[in-house]
Amino acid sequence: MRKLSRLSRFNIAALTLGLAFLYLPILILVIYSFNASRLVTVWGGWSLRWYHEFFNDRAMIEAAWMSLRVAVSSATIATLLGTLAAVALSRGERFRGRTLFSGMLYAPLVMPEVITGLSLLLLFVALNAERGFWTVTIAHTTLTMCFVAVVVQSRLGSLDRSLEEAAMDLGCDPVRAFLSVTLPLIAPAIVAGWMLAFTLSLDDLVIASFTTGPGSATLPIRIYSEVRLGVKPEINAICTLVIALIAGVIVIASLASKLSSSQGESAAPL
Amino acid sequence: MTDVLPKTHAATGAADGDPAAAGQPLLRIEGVAKTFGTFRAVDGVSLDIKAGEFFALLGPSGCGKTTLLRMLAGFEAPDEGRILLGGKDIASTMPHERPINMMFQNYALFPHLSVRDNIAFGLKRAGMARADIATRVAEMVALVKLDGLEKRKPDQLSGGQRQRVALARALARRPQLLLLDEPLAALDKKLRESTQAELMELQRRLGMTFIIVTHDQEEAMTMASRIGVMKSGKLAQVASPRELYEGPRSRWIAEFVGDVNVFDGEFKLRDGHRLVIATREAGTLVTAEPREPVGETRLSVAIRPEKVKLSRRAPVSEAGRETAINSLDGVIADICYLGGTTTYRVKLDTGGTVQASVVNSARLDVDAYSVNQNVVAWFTPDDCVVLQS
Repeated sequence: MRKLSRLSRFNIAALTLGLAFLYLPILILVIYSFNASRLVTVWGGWSLRWYHEFFNDRAMIEAAWMSLRVAVSSATIATLLGTLAAVALSRGERFRGRTLFSGMLYAPLVMPEVITGLSLLLLFVALNAERGFWTVTIAHTTLTMCFVAVVVQSRLGSLDRSLEEAAMDLGCDPVRAFLSVTLPLIAPAIVAGWMLAFTLSLDDLVIASFTTGPGSATLPIRIYSEVRLGVKPEINAICTLVIALIAGVIVIASLASKLSSSQGESAAPL
Repeated sequence: MTDVLPKTHAATGAADGDPAAAGQPLLRIEGVAKTFGTFRAVDGVSLDIKAGEFFALLGPSGCGKTTLLRMLAGFEAPDEGRILLGGKDIASTMPHERPINMMFQNYALFPHLSVRDNIAFGLKRAGMARADIATRVAEMVALVKLDGLEKRKPDQLSGGQRQRVALARALARRPQLLLLDEPLAALDKKLRESTQAELMELQRRLGMTFIIVTHDQEEAMTMASRIGVMKSGKLAQVASPRELYEGPRSRWIAEFVGDVNVFDGEFKLRDGHRLVIATREAGTLVTAEPREPVGETRLSVAIRPEKVKLSRRAPVSEAGRETAINSLDGVIADICYLGGTTTYRVKLDTGGTVQASVVNSARLDVDAYSVNQNVVAWFTPDDCVVLQS
């Protein structure tokens, strides 16, 4: 008993320190985003001044809008492709080179982003593609597709195959069986995959800076270049907004995947 | 509840009390074979099943019975042979185009749909009108006694209720043929027994043709009108439960279906309708002549334990016919009390052992034997089955 309580006190200390290490900087950032002072490090009272500043900063708003567009479109394309890949890998006939294919699909998970970014840049240059919104979107799709595939495939793997057979037995052709039984059951995983892809795309700096062109900077690129000239309190406000957006998305994603693993409790997934 | 009697396509003939009205079997399996890699799961099976039959495919796991069933449902295509349903070859028809439904071993209920929607699933696909679907679903719910549970999801049901939903869903389309893959394996013993009775009652009332796959010989014997025993991808014997139990065609079948005493021996002589066989472990035995002629060399004699009687003294033989009864002297080796019956293992003076199953017809054990007691185990020649070794 004594030993246990001593251990748990140690655990509490470790937990507190760990959480502080993770969240103190973010907390400070959030608090300073409401700073009225012009100097980042000097507290001048509460104010929404820098949020106001941000909403009047055209370049910043444009970058944020660019980021959102890239995130939404790349997440959508990645979800489509990743789901198809997951279905092909876990439901298709056992084709030759299947293991190799699934290995290759997951390679971007562990590939350093610098390499992914550089290789994509070389590809776009070789193709003589004009760099901008579409090149960043394509680059983010290749990055996030494998994450979607992993999430969806794990759900498909735990799904009973005889469900599809039962659907076929009851009059569905294979496509119909997939649409009316499999798809509703893996929908939460697909949604979770989309949200994962969205957040990954939203905060990516490395790949985006390799593949974007002049005049189409994403928010992380814009912030990074601003910070190099000196931190403005406005940056704190933007970051706070991004944190709020991502936190919201992550909460929804984890709720969706929780729903996915305990499916059947409520009618519609999400 | 008897008024909810869906008529099936198949039942139109069967309901008139003439199952073989069409003159041809409902289902004909002709030399069907299926190979997975190098493993021959089903190896040349031929079988006719008449409309209105309750047929059981019985066999140990890995004997190919489930593969055969999946070929009937359309989930596997046979490599060889034909499957004829009502005279039409369906071997290459897709599952959703066959008038056959299947009840899956794990039920395969759609977890995202309610009981009602699960049952209605196949009806919607068939393009039935909304009102008709509602009527049919209500019929099926009443038929399997699921009233009041229509809005529940599968995970809010007990094992027995899920089994009923699966059954109702498979029956709702009124298939010509219903396939049941180990339908009772997941239920506990008591529930299994009552469900067996309900399934039989349902099958009889609907006049539908059922094919059930099971590894449980008692289940097959209880429910089926005919049993096909499968071994290593082949049909070893197709017979009624009684024929199968009392006249197994091989030693393997005799041992697979129920308990049996088997003595290996050699043919000695034929005396009218009696064979005399010299066994190594039980001395010379007299048996009835088997229906099918056997080679006159190495033979086995099989006797079911409940046909072996025990007594303290040798029974009196019929006058003048010393060989009329086989009586073997021995000592009780061990006793297994099972409630309704007691199984005695008797160590014979000739070296072998014989099992005798005795009905405990009296509550008090005045007739019981004790270990190490000298007894005579005896049985008539007609109770012996002669098998080729």
